[in-house]
Amino acid sequence: MIISIASGKGGTGKTTIATSLAAVLGSRAQLLDCDVEEPNCHLLMKPDLQTCESITVPVPIVDMDKCTLCEKCGEVCRFSAILVIGEQVLTFPELCHGCGGCTLLCPEKAIHEGSRELGVIETGLAGPVEFVHGRLRIGEAMSPPLIRAVKQKINTDKIAILDAPPGASCPVINSVTGSDFIILVTEPTPFGLHDLRIAVEAISHLAIPLGVILNRSDTGDREVEKFCADQGIPLLAKIPHKRRIAEGYARGDLLVASAPHYIGLFLELVQTIRKLTRETESGLKEAVL
Amino acid sequence: MKELVIISGKGGTGKTTLTASFAFLARDKVLADCDVDAADLHILADPQTLQEEDFRGGIKARIDLQKCSQCGTCIEYCRFGATSHEFVVSPLSCEGCGVCFQICPQQAISLEEGLNGHWFISETRFGPMVHAALLPGQENSGKLVALVRNQAKVLARRQDISLILVDGAPGVGCPVISSITGADRVLIITEPTLSGLHDMKRAMELVRGFKIPVSVVINKHDLNTDVTEEIEAHSTNVQADVLGRIPYDPQVTRSLVQRRCVVEDGNSPAKKAIQEIWERLEPDLLS
Repeated sequence: MIISIASGKGGTGKTTIATSLAAVLGSRAQLLDCDVEEPNCHLLMKPDLQTCESITVPVPIVDMDKCTLCEKCGEVCRFSAILVIGEQVLTFPELCHGCGGCTLLCPEKAIHEGSRELGVIETGLAGPVEFVHGRLRIGEAMSPPLIRAVKQKINTDKIAILDAPPGASCPVINSVTGSDFIILVTEPTPFGLHDLRIAVEAISHLAIPLGVILNRSDTGDREVEKFCADQGIPLLAKIPHKRRIAEGYARGDLLVASAPHYIGLFLELVQTIRKLTRETESGLKEAVL
Repeated sequence: MKELVIISGKGGTGKTTLTASFAFLARDKVLADCDVDAADLHILADPQTLQEEDFRGGIKARIDLQKCSQCGTCIEYCRFGATSHEFVVSPLSCEGCGVCFQICPQQAISLEEGLNGHWFISETRFGPMVHAALLPGQENSGKLVALVRNQAKVLARRQDISLILVDGAPGVGCPVISSITGADRVLIITEPTLSGLHDMKRAMELVRGFKIPVSVVINKHDLNTDVTEEIEAHSTNVQADVLGRIPYDPQVTRSLVQRRCVVEDGNSPAKKAIQEIWERLEPDLLS
């Protein structure tokens, strides 16, 4: 089973939920941090990292001895990553998506491929929990291919918990696609509600069952709860604001370490998610029949 | 003209609250919301939209099944696994590179431009604002960010305004790079948590790579004094200017729920701290 934790708005508690869920499940869990721009799970899980793998995209290298300056490469590249200027072929590796178009279509076969590093994937163990995260190289703009590489490490024998990046655009969609369930973590403020709406809209066409966890639930207003009720989105849990929890997070302590009475809540959460995914599956089967 | 971009690395540390507060305190400015994924500044700014435009940035391949001979060449050469064995292109996976369009022997593939979002010029209670909304799940946020910043500059020039306040996105990827490229000054707002420190360091490294002067503000500084001091020490080490600390203050959320920013209400500790930070920052933005 794959459970993704996403949010719309940043800083609402995705990592708090993902890490405590993984810790409570122990050896049954695999935690994958897909927030490759700012991965934080390792700060709370403190894994013993054993492998480090560089993830690259191919970029063009032009052999000027063979090049006839025909400009075909510049015509086919839709990312302005290669172009002929005067007697030179300029390449802009940072703009290249690695599609291979220029290499494939150069009539003189004057282009071969080098590589640009997107970032690294590190794996290890955090106690009994299998741990994977990606770290985007600083200055690199393209996170989706690295996110997809992190997801290649999903262990289907475990309950895979994916900590997704904030927002509602392509990095989030790349993270949560293929999940069996999505937990959206938000807070009861106009920002939290607005970004929750966008996130729900962004993932709705994926037809993955989802539920909301309301963090700092005793601050702000009641609008998120009303929205969930109106939309028929299950409210999975409410976690009130506690200074002790915030201070624990600041130090790098897990929620279930700062507030052990939440262990039961996370165990129940897994049961609830199993039930909701089964209901959706049977609902889909009925719809097909 | 000066452009100040507010980013954070970690999400939810107070970018929009601080941008809106500066917007309230600054005399003449244009606002630009460059968190086009999950734009929130309009919630506090209360915009009256004067102009709305489509944003078309992404190109997707489409296979005409009438012309397709199912030879499989497109599947073979697509590096993004975007074409299924039923010869349907998944818009999620398609990067719009056009390789399939180029090599299809039947010329059965076209490239179609899609609608990725909208952008707006509005009048708000803080002054003019350029903002945008990427359609949920869409890509090309970097291009939309660049467009929003350009439009803000055009507007500032036309109205003879010398300051642009930019609300950035979390992270260090595509939209953030697009937000800070060529900016005059970047402000990183962070919080004293291990995540806040870790993410600020990465954001700082990114900004320093662009050789842009950078300042730091620590929100909820009283949450952890040790980490606050570590953030300040790291900032000083890399020649970043520490502008000030904002205490944890429940008034911030109370104002937010009223769709106001904290500097508009009462005389709370957070209000006082933000006012002092603005007084320190403002002379540099006017010079």
